[in-house]
Amino acid sequence: MLGIQKIQLSRKPPPLSGQPKRLKDVELGFPIVYGTISFWLGKKASEYNSHKWTVYVRGATNEDLSVIVKRVVFQLHPSFNNPTRIVESPPFEVSETGWGEFEIAISLFFHSDVCDKQLDLYHQLKLYPEEESGPQSTKKPVVVETYDEVVFSEPSEAFFLRVQNHPAAIIPRLPAGLNLPPPGPPEPVLEKKRGDTKDHPLGQWFMNFSEADELLKLAAARQQVQAHVVKLRRQLSMVDAFPLQSKPSSLQ
Amino acid sequence: MDAKDILGIPKSFPASQEKKARPQKEPQRKPDGISREVYALTGGMAPLMPTIEVSHLKRKAVADKEKITWQWLPFTNSARRDSLQLYHWVRVVNGVPPTGDYQFAKYNKSVDIVKYTDEEYEKYLTDPMWTKEETDQLFDMCERFDLRFIVIADRFPSPRAVEELKNRYYSVSRALLITRAPSAADVAGHPLVKEPYSMTHEMERKRALSAVLSRTKQQELRDSEILSEAKRIMESRKASKGVESADLLDDHNDIEMTEKVTHTDSPSPSSNMQPTSTAAPSAPLTECATTPASLRMLRVYLRTHVLDQMVQAASSNAGPRTIKRVEQTLSDLGVHIKPKVPTKAVCAEHLELRKEILTLFNLQKQVHTQNSNFQYFAIVLLAICLDKSVPLCTIFLQKKCNAYIRSVV
Repeated sequence: MLGIQKIQLSRKPPPLSGQPKRLKDVELGFPIVYGTISFWLGKKASEYNSHKWTVYVRGATNEDLSVIVKRVVFQLHPSFNNPTRIVESPPFEVSETGWGEFEIAISLFFHSDVCDKQLDLYHQLKLYPEEESGPQSTKKPVVVETYDEVVFSEPSEAFFLRVQNHPAAIIPRLPAGLNLPPPGPPEPVLEKKRGDTKDHPLGQWFMNFSEADELLKLAAARQQVQAHVVKLRRQLSMVDAFPLQSKPSSLQ
Repeated sequence: MDAKDILGIPKSFPASQEKKARPQKEPQRKPDGISREVYALTGGMAPLMPTIEVSHLKRKAVADKEKITWQWLPFTNSARRDSLQLYHWVRVVNGVPPTGDYQFAKYNKSVDIVKYTDEEYEKYLTDPMWTKEETDQLFDMCERFDLRFIVIADRFPSPRAVEELKNRYYSVSRALLITRAPSAADVAGHPLVKEPYSMTHEMERKRALSAVLSRTKQQELRDSEILSEAKRIMESRKASKGVESADLLDDHNDIEMTEKVTHTDSPSPSSNMQPTSTAAPSAPLTECATTPASLRMLRVYLRTHVLDQMVQAASSNAGPRTIKRVEQTLSDLGVHIKPKVPTKAVCAEHLELRKEILTLFNLQKQVHTQNSNFQYFAIVLLAICLDKSVPLCTIFLQKKCNAYIRSVV
């Protein structure tokens, strides 16, 4: 039922000429990482301030996200002073001290040519290490990061042209027949504003997210499952002549 | 008044009502042939309707004019070839004896046995198993005994089975029919051509029939016991299946769906940019291959949202137990239940893996069902075979089970 409605919704009239031109069947991806790093304060820890932690949103390869992100709003626990923290420029992060773990809501707001909708992320702040990783130490922080990709469907042409050479973006192959004007002169870099997180003070604790490792693992698992499937199929097909199965096999 | 009056259907009364009619004619006087008591029951009342048809009365009047006598007269029977004269009693109306053939002569039916010439025999009818003399003899006897093949087989000089004789007779007749017809289409509807006699089938049929008919009482008892036991097992299995039938059904759907998906090309890098406006809710295939339309409408979303939706769509037909087993299998395989690096490629692979696991489950279920089916039939067969006689219904099963045993061993 829901699906039908959605499909009907997508049949709305084409955008008026005044609206920005949208690229049909194109999606732009921006790999991001969001999470927290928390240090135990050790001797300096007090009852209510045992940990110093930082919550942040960064590009997965530490590229500058301000090319798309205009503002990030971190919603902290209401017990904090001024719990809604608005960060208007990179690095998009908030550092605090505290003693308790809670869920932080992270809202990404994008530039007007990118998308007028916000994107909400949720992250569970983690201060205390898992037991198996040894006792708390002031040297080794507790790092919890989540990799994800922000996907923009049907981006406006202007946006596409602006970011198509940006290292933070995953630029897809354009569908055949889609012609774009050649990219204009690169955006003049008025000031050397370093929005990336490559030299971030906490950079050494950032995690690496390897797609290749994940793919390798998945491929191995699929191979194993496929081998089983083949074996069972053979077993079934051998006795296919046996007509007394309660269910006719739909697989052969 | 009755239904016939309402419908305007003419009356034809059964003879039993004729008795009632009589008082109507002469209500004052008790008619002959009816007892006083019965007449009293009618109360001397006139029936509402006339109960005797006028035409009936008229015919009787005509018949009255006929003078019928019975005479002992000679007759000949055209069905006889010896023109033997016999006598019988004949009903003579008005002194005129009946003319025409003996009334029972028409029942002397004889079969039209085809005749062939020597030339035709040489051209179309030669058969290595039959000599011309034997064939001639067969056709003579067919004519003589009106195709009573049991009798023919009994009298036939060389020892031939009934089926052999029938086969020869019918194949010769068919061949003659076809060669003499102007075109094949003219005789296509003839029973001889349409349903040719099959000797092997006929022999097998009779053998199987005799196997069934020659079973002893004990064997029959044993068979019915086995069959009722089989029925009981089937029912108990059906009942236990009912518990998880939902799951079974679901998984079946899953497999069909995943099969379709695996037959399509694996998602290319640009595949989830294909329009999904054609994806109806009843077509999960398209839904899975591309980004759900509901998300595309949002303009911005996370890759994990897409994956979550597609995983949900892929397992929407599976029961919660099956979903749990899939996740258990994933962790057994050392794969995260939710990918740590959900890039597009990783998500696609992850989804494929989940579908393959569902396929695997379904196959396991099928193998399991098949094995238990086989075990049960093997028990039935063993019981029957121990009896040293295989009834008709199990001959077929036996062949199939032998094939199964060969393939398994």
